[in-house]
Amino acid sequence: MSIEILRESCIGCGKCTTVCPGTLIRLTADGKAHIKYPERCWGCTSCIKECPCEAICFYLGGDLNGLGGKLTVRREKQLLHWTVKKTDGKLETITVDGRDSNKY
Amino acid sequence: MFLKTEYLNTDFLIIGGGTAGCYSALTFCEHSAGSVLIAEKADIKRSGCLAAGVNAINAYIVPGKSPQDYVEYARVDAQEIVREDLLLTMAEGLNRTAKKLEKLGLTILKDEQGKYVTRGNRNIKINGENIKPILAEAVSEQEQITVLNRVNVFEYIVKDNRVLGAYGISVDEPILYVLSAKAVLCATGGASGLYKPNHPGFSRHKMWYPPFNTGAGYAMGIRAGAEMTTFEMRFIALRCKDTIAPTGTLAQGVGAKQINSRGEVYEQRYGITTSQRVHGTVTENLEGRGPCYLRTVGITKEQDQDLQKAYLNMAPSQTLRWLESGLTPSVQNVEIEGTEPYIVGGHTASGYWVDVCRETTIRGLFAAGDVAGGCPQKYVTGAFVEGEIAAKAALKYTQAPTGKRAVLEPTSGLDSAASPVGFLLDRKAIEVKKQWLEDFLNSKEMSPTSDNLEQQMQEVMDEYAGGISQSYRYDELSLKKAAAKIRELERQLVSLPAEDMQELVYILELRERLTLCKSVIAHLKARKETRWHTFAEHLDYPEKSDEWLKFVNSRQDKAGRLHILYRSLNPAPDKDSNKRLGKRPPKGADKEGSRDEY
Repeated sequence: MSIEILRESCIGCGKCTTVCPGTLIRLTADGKAHIKYPERCWGCTSCIKECPCEAICFYLGGDLNGLGGKLTVRREKQLLHWTVKKTDGKLETITVDGRDSNKY
Repeated sequence: MFLKTEYLNTDFLIIGGGTAGCYSALTFCEHSAGSVLIAEKADIKRSGCLAAGVNAINAYIVPGKSPQDYVEYARVDAQEIVREDLLLTMAEGLNRTAKKLEKLGLTILKDEQGKYVTRGNRNIKINGENIKPILAEAVSEQEQITVLNRVNVFEYIVKDNRVLGAYGISVDEPILYVLSAKAVLCATGGASGLYKPNHPGFSRHKMWYPPFNTGAGYAMGIRAGAEMTTFEMRFIALRCKDTIAPTGTLAQGVGAKQINSRGEVYEQRYGITTSQRVHGTVTENLEGRGPCYLRTVGITKEQDQDLQKAYLNMAPSQTLRWLESGLTPSVQNVEIEGTEPYIVGGHTASGYWVDVCRETTIRGLFAAGDVAGGCPQKYVTGAFVEGEIAAKAALKYTQAPTGKRAVLEPTSGLDSAASPVGFLLDRKAIEVKKQWLEDFLNSKEMSPTSDNLEQQMQEVMDEYAGGISQSYRYDELSLKKAAAKIRELERQLVSLPAEDMQELVYILELRERLTLCKSVIAHLKARKETRWHTFAEHLDYPEKSDEWLKFVNSRQDKAGRLHILYRSLNPAPDKDSNKRLGKRPPKGADKEGSRDEY
C-alpha cells in the first residue's frame, strides 16, 4: 500500500505536503512533490484528495495481493469522484456526495 | 547541526491536534478568553486516526437507551475492567457532541421526521470523510488558538509533580521549542508499531491504527512518573484481510455473519464481545477451519454498491480491492483476520489513570481520548466529550486564585529567564535537553538506524510478548526474554545518528515505543489470568479469575524502575473533582476506597 506521485503532472503547489499525517511528502529542489519513505505510507489518501491536478494515485502493493489497479480522486465542491484505472486500461468511477451520508 | 531554542507560552497547551485536542481547544475558547496552543506533529487538517475519515458515529445514545446502558455495554465488553465514573461522564455527553459536529458541518443521515437514523444500539450513520477538515476549520476561526503544526512534542516539563509545559522539536527546521503553560492536555492518541505488523514487508504500515501514533503521550507520562493503567488490555482489531478495513460496516451494516471455510457460522461458539470475535477467528484458524470470512454473498446489488461508497469514506483500499478484482461483496465473501496488538485507550482501558475531570496524577496535566485510561469504547464522540471535560477542568485549574490544584507559584532555585506565565523554567535543564538532541544530529555512528532497531523491537514483541505469529500468546518466560531484549535495544538507541530533523523525530518515536513496550510487558506479566482472550492470552494462567477483578497500574520512579500497583474497580471519586464537575459521588462509592491493595 502506497502512493505514487506523477512528476509530470505535479505543479508543486505543496498541498499534499501539508496534509500527510506522517509528514512523509516533501517538495524537492525542482519543486516537485516526493515521498521519501513510501513504505511508511498509511494509505489514508489525504494527499490524493488534496491534490488539485490528480498527480497522486494510490495502489495496493503486491504483498497485499494488489493487482496493479490505481485509484485517483477528483474533488468537485462537495463531490468526490473516485476512479480506478485497471491494468487493462478500463476505468471505473464512483462519485460520493459529501452531503449524503452512507447507509451503513 | 545545532538547534535554535524558541520559547512560547500559553494558558492551555494541547499536545496533539486530533479529535480530542481540537474539540478541547474549541471548548476552552467557549468558556474563556485565555490563549490555547495546539502542538501537532503533522497538520491538524488531516492528522491522527481520522485522516481518511470515519463512516459512523459509533458511540451514541439512541432513542430508548440511556447513558447507563452504554456504561453497561462497555463494562460487559471489557469483562468488568472499566471505571464506571469515567464511562458515565463520557456517555452523558455523546449526543451533545454529535449535535455540535453537525452544526459545524458534519453530515448525519436523518429520516423523514428529521431524526438521526441509527445503526444498531449505539451508532448513527454519517458522511465523515471530511470530519477532520471540519474540526480544523472550526479551530482556525478561533483567534485565541494558535496551531503549531509539524512540531513533535516529546517530553513534559515537570517540577514537584506539577506540569509546567513541554519540549518539542520542529519536524522540518532545527528548532527546539520550550512550551510553557498553566495547564496541559495530552491528546496524542494511542500506540501502533510496537508489534510486528501482519504485513511486515513493503506494506508494513498498512495497519488499522495510524502508524504515526507512536504512544508519545503514554511514554511521556511514564517517564514523568504518572500513574498509568491497564496496558495489558491490548487491542486487536478484526479486519478485512490485507486492506485492514473495518468489519463493523459489514457485520452491522448488512448483517454479515462470521463464517469459517466450511460455511459454518462460528461466532455463537465464542461470544460477541470485541475480543471474543477475534478469538473465535484465531481459534477457527488454529483448528484447521480457516480461513474465515464475513458472509456477504447474497446481499443485494444496491447494498453492494452502497458498501463500496461507504468504504471510500474511511478505508478506500477496500473499495479498490473490490473494484480492481471485480469480486465485490455480493460476489465473494470478505476474508477477515486479526491485526497486530495496539495500545489504544479509545477502545480498551489503557492509559493515564485519571480522575473524573480527566486530570492525571501529575497536577495540571489532563488526558483525553486514546491516552486516557479506564474508559473504553469511547470512539470519536467519546474523545470529544473527554476533550470537553478536560478543557473545562483545565480552565478552572488555571483560574483558581488559591487552592492546591490551582496555585502556580515560582519555585526557588529556578532561572527566571523564561517565565512569562508566572512560573519559572530551568535554563540549565533546557541546555541539557538541547545538547542531548544535538548529539543525535551530530553522531558519527553509521549503524544501526532507527529503522533497524524498530524492526528488531517489533520482532521481539511479536515473538516473546504475544504477537500475531504466536496467536497472541505469551508466558512468564517469554515475557522475561522480551523485557531483557527491549532493555538492550534501549541501550543501543543512545548512539543512533539522525541526518535531519525528520530522522531525529523517528529516533524519538522509537524511544517512545521502547518505553511503552517495557510497560506493556510489565503489565502483561502482572495480570496473572486470561481475562480477554487474544487481547492478553497468558499461557501460564489460561483462566479468568475473580481475584483479578482489579486494575493493574504502574508508576516509574526517578531511577527508571517500574512499580506495579493494584487498584479497586470503583475507586472512591475524588470529591474535589466531582465538585468541579458539579456532580455528586455515586452512592456507596466511598465504601470501596481508592487505596492500594498491595
